[in-house]
Amino acid sequence: MERETGTFRVKSGLAEMLKGGVIMDVTTAEQAKIAEDAGACAVMALERVPADIRKEGGVARMADATKIEEIQKTVSIPVMAKARIGHFVEAQILQALGVDYVDESEVLTPADQEYHIDKWAFTVPFVCGARNLGEALRRIAEGAAMIRTKGEAGTGNVVEAVRHQRTMLREIAELTTLRPEQHVAQAKELGAPVDLVRQVAELGRLPVVNFAAGGIATPADAALMMQLGVDGVFVGSGIFKSDDPAPRARAIVEATTHFNDPDVLAKVSRGLGEAMHGLDIGEIGEENLLQTRGW
Amino acid sequence: MPVVKAGVLALQGDFREHARAFADAGATPVEVRTPEELVGVDCLAIPGGESTTISKLARAYDLVEPIRERARAGMPILGTCAGMIVLAHEVIGGEPLLDLMDIAIRRNAYGRQVDSFEADLVVEGIDHPVRAVFIRAPIVERVGPAVRVLAEHEGHPVVLEQGNLVVASFHPELIGETALHGYLLRKV
Repeated sequence: MERETGTFRVKSGLAEMLKGGVIMDVTTAEQAKIAEDAGACAVMALERVPADIRKEGGVARMADATKIEEIQKTVSIPVMAKARIGHFVEAQILQALGVDYVDESEVLTPADQEYHIDKWAFTVPFVCGARNLGEALRRIAEGAAMIRTKGEAGTGNVVEAVRHQRTMLREIAELTTLRPEQHVAQAKELGAPVDLVRQVAELGRLPVVNFAAGGIATPADAALMMQLGVDGVFVGSGIFKSDDPAPRARAIVEATTHFNDPDVLAKVSRGLGEAMHGLDIGEIGEENLLQTRGW
Repeated sequence: MPVVKAGVLALQGDFREHARAFADAGATPVEVRTPEELVGVDCLAIPGGESTTISKLARAYDLVEPIRERARAGMPILGTCAGMIVLAHEVIGGEPLLDLMDIAIRRNAYGRQVDSFEADLVVEGIDHPVRAVFIRAPIVERVGPAVRVLAEHEGHPVVLEQGNLVVASFHPELIGETALHGYLLRKV
């Protein structure tokens, strides 16, 4: 009858409960309230949305503790927060604040060029970004209990999230066709532990929940990612950088539930005003890509 | 005997795990997102997830009254965690959704995610210990006279039954535990 906290099942279990839902980036308690009222299944607290980080530059860090606490007091849905890649002390602080999930995120300025956080050392669960299967499995090996595509945050352009999800699907499909004696060689190829490679080969999917993130700006974008097989979506700048956040937030929530019903998608896509302006990936320049942070 | 069509409310949450549990227990799972999809099912599971999200979507897509009518007409319903919250008569500090089971419930009552836990439980009518995963779980604060408690943890009721309704504050579906799903199917 003993309680066991912080087990992998408890950590990944919360991600299972978020499935089919929308997690929204918020910078203030007011935005968090709008997100909750729109039906968000969780909010992500950060100091600036990715579009502003991209525009303003400077070092992007964990959100202010006071802001996080205000958001926690305002909403009853889970509150996530971002820590810099490798910044395990930011993660310790977020755990002490009682956030429900830590996103070790490429959107913030990396604190370590070599190592990600040892996520097994924490009771709070972690979500991490990935562009492909190998990267996803390396993060899971470090203790991540949830994965999301990296996409290209702050662009309002879904093309990179699509590319990362398609890569993941292709690499998983390939893995399921291999014979057992090929698994070790494939693990070497992917740069991932062989036990996780075997697990994916058997399951035909990642062993944890996989959301889409990075560039989702419209209900159609959310439904596109759901039809490509993700378990749910993160929306960053797409909501609070649009003309009218509340109806857009609600529409993205409904589109994520009814992702396979074009009549509903048509209905919720009406009258939303301007989406965020957005960026073509070619305009950004290699050196300004966020997705290449981490390995 | 015809195969039971087991509905799973698929608005948000771990509905796929409930569908799998029903399939493992011998039924044909059906995802329910609209009132039309509710019509043909013999029973319903309301999954774990975010109860605020599930409630908003259920209201927006006119599912509340149809589910209440079917429940009153005897359709068996299983609710886990968020599903238990939306079935409750009273949600302390919040709004009830379906108001079908005579319990008062407090959301996120064990604390934040770092306080989420797993533990072994003895459940009346299940012949093996159940590994219960509690995730930001609610606590039942009051139990009405028509409600039977099937399991307790640290003095709190965690599995309850009221006629055709069965609820748990944890997630048997997450670990492939199908005994409660089987129990519900026998009520059809």
